[in-house]
Amino acid sequence: MTDTLTQQPADLHPAKPRRRMRIDTRQYGIFGALAIVVLLFQVLTGGKLLFPLNVNNLILQNAYVLILAIGMVIVIIAGHIDLSVGSVAAMVGAVAALSMSQFHLPWYAAVLISLLVGAAVGAWQGYWIAFVGIPAFIVTLAGMLVFRGLTLVLLTRGTISGLEDPFVAIGAGSLGKTGNPDLITLLIGAVAVVGLIGMGLRTRRTLKRLELPREPAGSFWLKSILVSAAIMAIAWLLANAKGTPVILVVLGVLILSYTFVLNRTVFGRHVYAMGGNLFAAVMSGVKTKWVNFFIFVNMGVLAALAGIVSTARADSAVAGAGQNFELDAIAAVFIGGASVQGGVGTIGGAIIGGLLIGVLNQGLSILAVDAAWQQVIKGLVLLIAVAFDIISKRRSGGR
Amino acid sequence: MSNTILRMHEISKDFSGVKALDGVSLEVERGQVHAICGENGAGKSTLMKVLSGVYPHGTYDGTIEFEGAETAYKTINDSEADGIVIIHQELALSPYLSIAENIFLGNENARNGVIDWNKTNREATLLLARVGLDENPATKILELGVGKQQLVEIAKALSKRVKLLILDEPTAALNDEDSDHLLSLINHLREQGITSIIISHKLKEIRKIADTVTIIRDGRTVETFSMRGEDATEARIIRSMVGRPLDHLFPPRDPHIGEEILRVEEWNVYHPVDTARKVVDNAHFTVRAGEIVGFAGLMGAGRTELAMSIFGRSYGTNISGRIYKNGKEITVRTVDDAIRHGIAYATEDRKKYGLNLIGDITVNVSAAALGKLAKNGVIDRNREYATADSYRRSMNIKAPSVRSITGKLSGGNQQKVVLSKWIFSGPDVLILDEPTRGIDVGAKYEIYGIINELAAQGKAVIVISSELPELIGMADRIYAISEGKLTGEVPRAEATQEVLMHYMTAGKG
Repeated sequence: MTDTLTQQPADLHPAKPRRRMRIDTRQYGIFGALAIVVLLFQVLTGGKLLFPLNVNNLILQNAYVLILAIGMVIVIIAGHIDLSVGSVAAMVGAVAALSMSQFHLPWYAAVLISLLVGAAVGAWQGYWIAFVGIPAFIVTLAGMLVFRGLTLVLLTRGTISGLEDPFVAIGAGSLGKTGNPDLITLLIGAVAVVGLIGMGLRTRRTLKRLELPREPAGSFWLKSILVSAAIMAIAWLLANAKGTPVILVVLGVLILSYTFVLNRTVFGRHVYAMGGNLFAAVMSGVKTKWVNFFIFVNMGVLAALAGIVSTARADSAVAGAGQNFELDAIAAVFIGGASVQGGVGTIGGAIIGGLLIGVLNQGLSILAVDAAWQQVIKGLVLLIAVAFDIISKRRSGGR
Repeated sequence: MSNTILRMHEISKDFSGVKALDGVSLEVERGQVHAICGENGAGKSTLMKVLSGVYPHGTYDGTIEFEGAETAYKTINDSEADGIVIIHQELALSPYLSIAENIFLGNENARNGVIDWNKTNREATLLLARVGLDENPATKILELGVGKQQLVEIAKALSKRVKLLILDEPTAALNDEDSDHLLSLINHLREQGITSIIISHKLKEIRKIADTVTIIRDGRTVETFSMRGEDATEARIIRSMVGRPLDHLFPPRDPHIGEEILRVEEWNVYHPVDTARKVVDNAHFTVRAGEIVGFAGLMGAGRTELAMSIFGRSYGTNISGRIYKNGKEITVRTVDDAIRHGIAYATEDRKKYGLNLIGDITVNVSAAALGKLAKNGVIDRNREYATADSYRRSMNIKAPSVRSITGKLSGGNQQKVVLSKWIFSGPDVLILDEPTRGIDVGAKYEIYGIINELAAQGKAVIVISSELPELIGMADRIYAISEGKLTGEVPRAEATQEVLMHYMTAGKG
């Protein structure tokens, strides 16, 4: 309403075609922030942050943030929010533990049941959001209470611990070691680097063929070298700890598949279209209700996975599990550049945002910062990250 | 004191090069009802926004004198402080607050921030009596009909000690009874010395109430005359409103009209919120292959509502009627159904309903027919790019590349993106709602060319437009719509602006 008065018709003579794209400062901004935070904690902890074992723990302890951030970024691009993921993760953890300890099901059956429970929870919330039209904020706020309550009901007999070993391995195990340093881990790192650069080059070739603007070569290689160095450094550290964590493999698969889903599939396109302009999406024939429904089913499944991972890692299901998971995931997504209005966000950004949260979590606990102050610091980091984003957008005059 | 309360002199206002007002002058006598007439987009509302400070002093050229003193309003509050109150077409009341609270909103009877409810309710009651509204001041706005809400707006204006009341199409959303009441209230206020400016399309209304009328066309004043004179006829007003030379050129076209493609029968649509209000009343129409059919109607006549209700019931409730395509009845319940049956609708409001403004040209062009570019749910992005790029070339979309963000394109280029999207969906019937709104002349000509090309390909094209010369220049046949009814069907040979305007202002019955 208000901007019809101030909005001016865009410039009538667009600039001549540019073959080179401006360097995406925003993308560099997140990388830079992550690098600065890592360096800062490296100094503050006297080098402890990047001890091989600490890097291993960082990944294990924060895998849930990354898994949830993947689902949450889709929810947020579509213009919603999900406050229930922490409670859902806790409930699913209880379901998994009960399946094994009470019903003596094998670990894989427990995992399958857990994921199905997650999907059912997602379908329940998705139904209210998509087909009844209740705002996601309300539905998932209710879900936060309902599923937390159900967790307490499931765990009336107290904490369940001493889970099956293969189950625990999902959250805490590694692929094993072939020596010190572990060659498999280094190999995986190298494959990742080659794959990343290969994909980058392929994209550049396509862009060149189609005469579309590309990132300058210098900037592309600088970025590639920095990212490759970071990947190899992490691989080296992990190779000197316990080898490749199982969860890292799971995460790798998730990141690749969800990037594909968001960028290449009709579903992903519809998510962006709805976040960008819901009315225009409706008027283009997008079945917005079903898209919304599946977004929440998917979030439910990923919340379940996060529950499995964190339960496995803790080797126990506790009623208080998953507290503030939703806040970490939401913070990761916004730090990763998603827009509060919807329509904007990437899996990559959310992952980097999640890593930043993870490094903060890890660094602050190595420093033995009081939990109260950890929350203060995380809150301020979120505020500053989004404020920085909004101010820099305002300055550049774009949206 | 002079008897002229308001003198606007040589007002000009442009929006990035597009002149909305081009030297308009207006003088309003104290204690009169002064009507302003003009087609949609003639500049009436812009002029009132300049007057009331919505467009602040300094953003327009020309001078405004109110009660003999030159004004320099920066905000609406400034003009209201002088006693100029504007009541917009869309009412600005807060639905969950009471009548009294709304009347004094922003102007509360308060001491140290604490509201004096006795005084508020007492004064509200007096104001309601003045406007003839018999309601408890504690009643919430959402319990009132539009007509009564209009009266609350006027009561609110009176509470601000209004001297000049501006009403922008006050009766557009009202039924006959409410309209009559409103008009007699304006008459009554005139007796109390309040000057009114009333913007209206309804000629009967103007004749009934106005002392003087000013006609604006294309951002200029055409004439001002007294409604008491012998020669103050409706015909004269119509002539002045439309009497513009055909200054747009239309590309030549040789129509080849084939079989009937679309037929709509007994089409009725009710308002989605005010479900008792009939927005489209028993519409019948047909469109044939290769034919361009125009729909002429003033704002609020039900043109867009008719089109959107046909396009997958994207507007309205209690929709009834039949749609035939190629002679066979089809059911069109959702937008997706409409697209699958080969119906496309390019909206009049491309920013709200047409485009993902933060998305690039590619994603917008493919949006309505992604399925054509995907296999097993995976988009072939190279083909998508090639498709978008071929439309960029053939439609002459001026942008560095198809990766350009649509929000940054000019209106004409945005419109070409919307048209590309719908042409790519492969429709047999294209409904184009105000296809040239807010577009410069050069791009208009290009869009006319595109429309002709679509008809030449044998598609059935419906063009909804407020610009009569545009319809007369392009359409093979024109339906006129007024208050939800199709009031006339005029073949190309007989279409003149006067004839169309006659049907468009026909009113009920």
